[in-house]
Amino acid sequence: MSRLLTMRNLVIEGFQEEQWGDIVLGVDVHVDRGEVLGLIGESGAGKSTIGIASMGFCRPGCRIVSGSIRFGDIELTSASDRELRKIRGLRVSYVAQSAAASFNPAHRLIRQYAEAPVKHGIMSRAEAEKDARELYRRFDLPNPDTIGNRYPHQVSGGQLQRAMVAMAMACKPDLVVFDEPTTALDVTTQIEVLAAIKGAIKDLNSAAIYISHDLAVVSQVADRIMVLRHGKLVEEGGTREMLANPEQDYTRALLSVRKGRAEKIEHPDRSKSLLEVSEVTAAYGDGVLVLQDINLKLTRGKTVAVVGESGSGKSTLARVITGLLPPIKGNIVFDGKELPARFSDRSKEMLRHLQLIYQMPDVSLNPHQKIHEILGRPLEFYFGMRGEEKRKRVADLMEHIELPERYINRFPSELSGGEKQRVCIARALAAEPDMIICDEVTSALDQLVAEDILKLLQRLQNQLSVSYLFITHDLATVKAISDEIVVMLQGRVVEHGSRDEILTPPHHEYTELLLASVPEMDPDWLDNLLDTRVGALLREGPASEHAGKS
Amino acid sequence: MITNIAKTFLKAPRSAQLGFIIIAINLFALAFAPALAPFTETEIIGKVWEPGIWAMDCSEEAIELHGACWSQLNDDRMDGKAWLGTDHIGRDLFTRLLYGARNTISIALVITGLSFLVGMTFGFLAATMRGWVDQIISRMVDILMAFPTLIFALIVLSVAGTSIPVLIVVIALLDSTRVFRLSRAVAMDITVMEFVEVARVRGEKLMWVMWREILPSTLPPLVAEFGLRFCFVFLFISALSFLGLGLQPPTADWGSMVKENSGAISFGVYNPLIPAAAIAFLTIGINLVVDWFLRKAAGLREEY
Repeated sequence: MSRLLTMRNLVIEGFQEEQWGDIVLGVDVHVDRGEVLGLIGESGAGKSTIGIASMGFCRPGCRIVSGSIRFGDIELTSASDRELRKIRGLRVSYVAQSAAASFNPAHRLIRQYAEAPVKHGIMSRAEAEKDARELYRRFDLPNPDTIGNRYPHQVSGGQLQRAMVAMAMACKPDLVVFDEPTTALDVTTQIEVLAAIKGAIKDLNSAAIYISHDLAVVSQVADRIMVLRHGKLVEEGGTREMLANPEQDYTRALLSVRKGRAEKIEHPDRSKSLLEVSEVTAAYGDGVLVLQDINLKLTRGKTVAVVGESGSGKSTLARVITGLLPPIKGNIVFDGKELPARFSDRSKEMLRHLQLIYQMPDVSLNPHQKIHEILGRPLEFYFGMRGEEKRKRVADLMEHIELPERYINRFPSELSGGEKQRVCIARALAAEPDMIICDEVTSALDQLVAEDILKLLQRLQNQLSVSYLFITHDLATVKAISDEIVVMLQGRVVEHGSRDEILTPPHHEYTELLLASVPEMDPDWLDNLLDTRVGALLREGPASEHAGKS
Repeated sequence: MITNIAKTFLKAPRSAQLGFIIIAINLFALAFAPALAPFTETEIIGKVWEPGIWAMDCSEEAIELHGACWSQLNDDRMDGKAWLGTDHIGRDLFTRLLYGARNTISIALVITGLSFLVGMTFGFLAATMRGWVDQIISRMVDILMAFPTLIFALIVLSVAGTSIPVLIVVIALLDSTRVFRLSRAVAMDITVMEFVEVARVRGEKLMWVMWREILPSTLPPLVAEFGLRFCFVFLFISALSFLGLGLQPPTADWGSMVKENSGAISFGVYNPLIPAAAIAFLTIGINLVVDWFLRKAAGLREEY
């Protein structure tokens, strides 16, 4: 095989907090023709920066300091814009994480597909559009002949991502860079997109760089894997060898992620029911029912996991319980008392006992308040604490969430994603609640960080006996933390039971689909899966092609 | 506190430092006008449109009198001279510039401050409450905005009389409609953020949500708008003065000084350009500082 891309001793810096800091620190990367390289690491590892650098590009605010990037026989670091333009889109193409943000919402899909081949002058518009329809068919998109005439917002997230993969293939490039193409998708949709990507690479025999933080996903596609951390290479090797014999501790940690289950202490005296949701039906302004006849019970000191894909109404359920969205019918009983439908009608005590933690710690912390203000406010508000008493309690909370006390004078932007989520947890704890609703609290985090957060939550439950309503689409999380599981599909509860009941067969058809869709650390997992009954189920798509947001 | 200000000043880029200096000069003039001014605001000290100390008088008359081209600098008596010349009725321009700074800047500051207080309060209220509260406030603002501002101000001022308090309230209210629009739009984006939701579900009162959660995030665009509005208010006051409904003579303000002396331009006399330059000077100074603040707030880098 001939060498296609070679990066030597690449150093890239980024401008942050008033100074230049290293993003990539002397990494060597090479990709051969027809080979798929997987780049894996947590956020900040520099994997996306390397991926983009393979097109000779740097994000604004970054600069290539030293090293060489050779693509074929062209040195990209010294190439002129003209030369780069000739390569980009034609010989190297890029698939971004969020297809929704990458497509121009004002143009039809097929028009955007044809743009690159027509601009580069290798096809006429008609030829390009014919190719597009073929690729759409190849990627199992519904109505491949007409779907290209739709606008980006008229197709679902998974379909859009596949259309984007098709677009990247338009000029039959030598190299395709996939930058976390499935991270924002549900597990079942992820499989469709992965299958499309795998097929596309095989058809064209092109090389690819596949970037992800999920080792299981990468191992489905990649021939060779590079593990990156803090801009440096940790380990490199063939996919199968690395999964079988990881050499470094960090790789081993990535491999064993989410296998463990935090230790649970059972308290028999906590069998008292805390929250009872009965016959709740809810809708947003447009009158479409998002929740239908939901029944749910939560016992004190236990964790109920609500599982479902986006659009299943699980986040809406959280909004109904917190009173942000009054239900059309049904009622919610909390600690023996019926809760008013609107949060503004609830008493301060009711509000205090029911806290919420969000998915994105970035937007759920006020960027202009320091940590001690964020944590101090609920103390002051609910308990009237001031001065020394408040300061002590804040320090106490910081200890609970395992963050150093000196952080209290920082702004949220000065913390990492995982640390921010810990602050969110502390803010909920500050109110000394009976129950915390955790809405996808780990899905915006790297896997290792997410695991720590889950362990922390479990430890806090053991200590403080709070109950969790845990909303997630990630079954690995569910396995790790739940006592009971509620599976939701299109606004209804399809299965409900204890953790062991749900996770052992026989399953409801949809639960089985969800369970089977969780990627495993096995390079053959995807191929095997697509051959089974679940693969057939996926193709029929009982739930996979419903658009909409949760 | 003082060391903090000094630190910020020293760390700021050159352009912002210049802006700070310009503003400081103006504030100094504003504070010490009576002490600095050689004459009183209304004193007539010489002929109409006498040139300032820079001008050489080479008229036949002057040559005959002094034997050569004559400038005020040749005179031995330095005090009692019009440094920057005189205005259309022979008052000292420098003195009137100092007093004008006093009137113009302080009134414009009060007007802009008031318009922001009103505009932001209602804007945030509309954005936070939504629903019928938003509808009522927004439609009332629409009605106000439907009238051309100048004509509306003319009507109100001619009915209510032209005193400074009336002037301040009228311009501030008219201006607050623009501030309302902006602050409502900016706050709308912030109110849907989860940290605001957290505060509301915590049971926080409306005032806390508005001022503690929403305000800090909306400051950058509002501060930029403040710099602009402040300059517009200048011009608006002078436009009203021009029509005889602004500050009443003999009170000095920069806008009306430009207007009163504008006739001099056709005689080749530079005097009206001096108050105009003062307006431009302060406007530039404010905008330099605002630009810097915006860049800082947006976290943009100085160089790439």
